[in-house]
Amino acid sequence: MVTTRGFTGRRPSSLKAPRLPPGQFETDDFPVLSKGPAPRIELATWRFTLSHGPRPLASWSWAEFDALPRTTWQGDIHCVTTWSKFDTTWEGVSFDDLLAAAGVEAPTAHLLALSLDDYDTNVPVADLVGGRGMVATRFGGEPLTAEHGGPARLLVPHLYFWKSAKWIKGLRFTARDEAGFWELRGYHMRGDPWRQQRYSDDP
Amino acid sequence: MVAVPSPWHEATVLRIERATPHSLSVFLQASVARPVAGQHLVVRLSAPDGYEASRSYSIASAPDAADIELLVERIDDGEVSPFLHDVLRPGDRLDVRGPLGGHFIWRPEGSGPLLLVAGGSGIAPLMAMVRDWARPAASVPLLLIASARRWDDLAFRDELLALQARETQFAFVAATTREAVARPGHFSQRLDAALLRQCLQRWRQAPRHVYVCGANRFVEAVAGGLLDAGVPASVIRTERYGGA
Repeated sequence: MVTTRGFTGRRPSSLKAPRLPPGQFETDDFPVLSKGPAPRIELATWRFTLSHGPRPLASWSWAEFDALPRTTWQGDIHCVTTWSKFDTTWEGVSFDDLLAAAGVEAPTAHLLALSLDDYDTNVPVADLVGGRGMVATRFGGEPLTAEHGGPARLLVPHLYFWKSAKWIKGLRFTARDEAGFWELRGYHMRGDPWRQQRYSDDP
Repeated sequence: MVAVPSPWHEATVLRIERATPHSLSVFLQASVARPVAGQHLVVRLSAPDGYEASRSYSIASAPDAADIELLVERIDDGEVSPFLHDVLRPGDRLDVRGPLGGHFIWRPEGSGPLLLVAGGSGIAPLMAMVRDWARPAASVPLLLIASARRWDDLAFRDELLALQARETQFAFVAATTREAVARPGHFSQRLDAALLRQCLQRWRQAPRHVYVCGANRFVEAVAGGLLDAGVPASVIRTERYGGA
């Protein structure tokens, strides 16, 4: 590491510093990242499917999904591009409640979140159970906008935000930990911001 | 214990050139892997007490260029870009990581007409593609549409105009949003769906690969306009920066 001549930087306040993972900075904006255009999604034809490999376990229309028990989560989110956003509020259906509604237990320890724009990302089941993950449909008290992944996106706030797949259409349990879209393109398999698991060669 | 090689490389600033009133080209020498056009570097600044700040900057130079060129727009309330603008000078050293990025990339063997749409400093990764495409010889038609506030805010403008003059396969359309520019073939308006459609019709090509880079609102508007013009979503790749 070289010390950069003349650089002192802008430090977070002592109140906020403990909330900022290494290498991150706080932003008030809500930047948007995606691999392509936001897909055009009709609620009338939207479906969410839980599957084990190719086999469907349960499936919900928008109206059915919207009637499932709701969970609110408030806290900080962290993007691998180094911005963090504090005190965000999300509402949706927790992974635990999804499994309960489907009447199943997680059949494997891994899954792929699948999106309507053919994006996917792998998440360990352990990172979703116990209230750690949800399928979010509202942000800041409003329906989730298309640019932020609406009508529904995965929310796994303790991992880098590429794991929180936008425009989600389902979760597919997999026998092994299968790499998703960014994981196949050099990003870390798990993505813990506190351990700076950004790229595949990070420990 | 096995020593894990650091992914960071030390880079030396070779020279700094003004690209537009708000952006600089920073040329670096670094022993990193050969990039693919469209990839970026992470630049890390370190304070004496260990505090660090990292930001990603797209590589604008051609993959085979001797020096790496980064286009740095000044974000006045930012932490890193004002430092790069006001303090950095030739001979300084920085840590860089990369080249990174496995989706917003183009390789010369890519077939079919290529459409690039840039908003402001979003032209940087697209410039790497233009430069890669231009040598040794252009093989497919390329249309670059670049939007900027004023004519002088178009980074790489003179190089692009020169390329347009000598390379028949290269079409270049500028759209200035805050300055009327009376130049044939260029426009003084926001890049909306109608203008995109007009550009595509004049080009008379169906793009096989589309890359759109700029601020989020710009990228969203352009991607939507391209979908409206009949370009399939599956060929459109986007890269966005900044807030809404």
